[in-house]
Amino acid sequence: MARSESTRDLESEGLDFWNGSKETVLRVENLTTHYFTRKGEVNALDDVSFELKKGEALGVAGESGCGKSTLAFSLINQVQPPGRIVDGNIQIDGIDVASLDEEQTRNQVRWKKISYIFQGAMDILTPVYTVGHQMSEPLKYHRGVEGEEAREICNEYLESVNLDPSIYDRYPHELSGGQKQRVIIATALLLGPDVLIADEPTTSLDVVVEAQIMNLLKKLRKETGISMIFITHDLNILSEVCEKLNIMYAGKIAEIGESKNIFNDPKHPYTEKLLASIPKLHKDVEKLERIPGAPPDLVNPPSGCRFHPRCPYSENICEDKVPELREVAGRRVACHFAGELT
Amino acid sequence: MAKTILKAENLKKHYYIEQGIVDKILRRDKKKVRAVDGVNFDIERNKSMAVVGESGCGKTTLGKVVMRILEPTGGKMIMDGTDIADIGGGDELKAYRRKTQMIYQDPFSSIDPRFTVFDALEEPLLIHNSGKDIEDRKKMIKEALKDVKLTPPEKFIDRYPHMLSGGQKQRVSVARALMLDPSFIVADEPTSMLDVSVRAEILNLLKDLMNEHDLSFLYITHDISTSRFFSDYIAVMYLGKFVEKGKVGTVLDDPLHPYSKALLKAVPEPKPELVNEFKELPLKGEVPDATNLPSGCRFHPRCPYSEEICEEKKPQLREVDNREVACHIC
Repeated sequence: MARSESTRDLESEGLDFWNGSKETVLRVENLTTHYFTRKGEVNALDDVSFELKKGEALGVAGESGCGKSTLAFSLINQVQPPGRIVDGNIQIDGIDVASLDEEQTRNQVRWKKISYIFQGAMDILTPVYTVGHQMSEPLKYHRGVEGEEAREICNEYLESVNLDPSIYDRYPHELSGGQKQRVIIATALLLGPDVLIADEPTTSLDVVVEAQIMNLLKKLRKETGISMIFITHDLNILSEVCEKLNIMYAGKIAEIGESKNIFNDPKHPYTEKLLASIPKLHKDVEKLERIPGAPPDLVNPPSGCRFHPRCPYSENICEDKVPELREVAGRRVACHFAGELT
Repeated sequence: MAKTILKAENLKKHYYIEQGIVDKILRRDKKKVRAVDGVNFDIERNKSMAVVGESGCGKTTLGKVVMRILEPTGGKMIMDGTDIADIGGGDELKAYRRKTQMIYQDPFSSIDPRFTVFDALEEPLLIHNSGKDIEDRKKMIKEALKDVKLTPPEKFIDRYPHMLSGGQKQRVSVARALMLDPSFIVADEPTSMLDVSVRAEILNLLKDLMNEHDLSFLYITHDISTSRFFSDYIAVMYLGKFVEKGKVGTVLDDPLHPYSKALLKAVPEPKPELVNEFKELPLKGEVPDATNLPSGCRFHPRCPYSEEICEEKKPQLREVDNREVACHIC
């Protein structure tokens, strides 16, 4: 395979982005978010704790309904009713995001500290305004910068995402999907946030454009030292951009640690199954692995380990006792038998 | 020698773009989009051919032309000795549609929300006068539900689509395609809306059904890694033409056409050791305007290896290293 010939090695170019300072930018502790629906309380996110260091990229993966998007909404304190953060805190730069009200979050956190690119974000550009008009809005609102000054700042960011500054005066329909996505990324970076959350940033894009956007995000991370959280169900993408991985199941962290370790040697049965169900480009297989059953109803999550009804290795203890996240082989795993299974 | 079930020769579909009044008065030529432009392929019995490419390359149009949902602009499609491209509407087309079925991308919208599973599966039987009476049809529907592993069928037969999960819905659309016992199925991105583990389930199911029912598939997808599992042959499409075609393993492991190379390189793979690297794609610029195609090789403006000849002469598919490639240079 010609991959290694033409992919450049960043280390050899002296662009080592992880050896920077290892200060913690974002600390999430016991975050619990529930939706209070008529059917009952949905435990969408249950006791989630993790840290994000400066310049680090964390990937969050899992099946639909595992709480990955709820995690993103919780981090920017924008859980829609009937949902609410019921417990835990989110520390960024001395601020506890979870304790702020809407007004405070908007003034202090969103776009300034944490920016977010949501699923289908490129469709949020209004067709009736120019790109520049929409792009400069956060500048106007947060810094009171307008007109030529705003244009100058925006152009600088447009260039950083490899777009021509003339795009500033164009309308969204004149741009391709990849260009729109890059405009959104540029806008998200305008106020110099510490953390960028990207929820399925490339789902609606083609593979070629997807690879370009991922390259761009890597470049931005290297240049600005911004930390990123990628949320997607496509584990292959995560493997290529994130050095840390958080596998979630039914609102809980199943396994979290360095993606190298997790990909090469998963310790949680769910991670193992999830990785095996991905079709391989360069390997012939007779049958794809699948996880039997469906994700549980989070109004009444299964007792003990939430994965036990679908787990091939499940035993009595799994039904009775909730497994704690514990250190196994250089990562944290929530499984009673992690490390013992082969 | 495997039996060819469908043979397409020089198949074309061009769309004409509506003109404005000024263009009409000035009698300008109508612009056209060559969505499918001279495509040849054979699909053998009990084999599957994948068509991959970026959006706008014409793969969905190709699927629709093969189904005769769209009239081809030119070319031939031969199945059982008849040229499908040539037949009129009415009975001949109906007979063809009995033998070929389609599975759509989005199970959430391809099943009528007001139809129960029974209604959805009965419809093709009614249209084609299959089954003696309602009891007979019910029996056939239960069989089909068993085939797609929706068991016990009694549990699912009276449900509405909203009572089913995404994977179950897609199983119902697979069952619907099987109702008339077709020999050939066009599957247009059947798993792109589904979760990873559900995707694996549906692909396993389709592969089992392919062998049990002796089916042939035209598998249209942008998810190239699934084609390795599901298909025997693969065709890489760029702006309405096949640029490379061959056995799935041969093409995916060692692509020769510069476009296939770039496309395959872009496909993410579970390689955490790449986290420190930029993926450099051997590809320039963006997909050109489909109404105004580049001269010569359509890929030449984006191709890093392009030479003078590429601009002047259209490359034809030719045999190189056990596969067909349309490139002057490789």
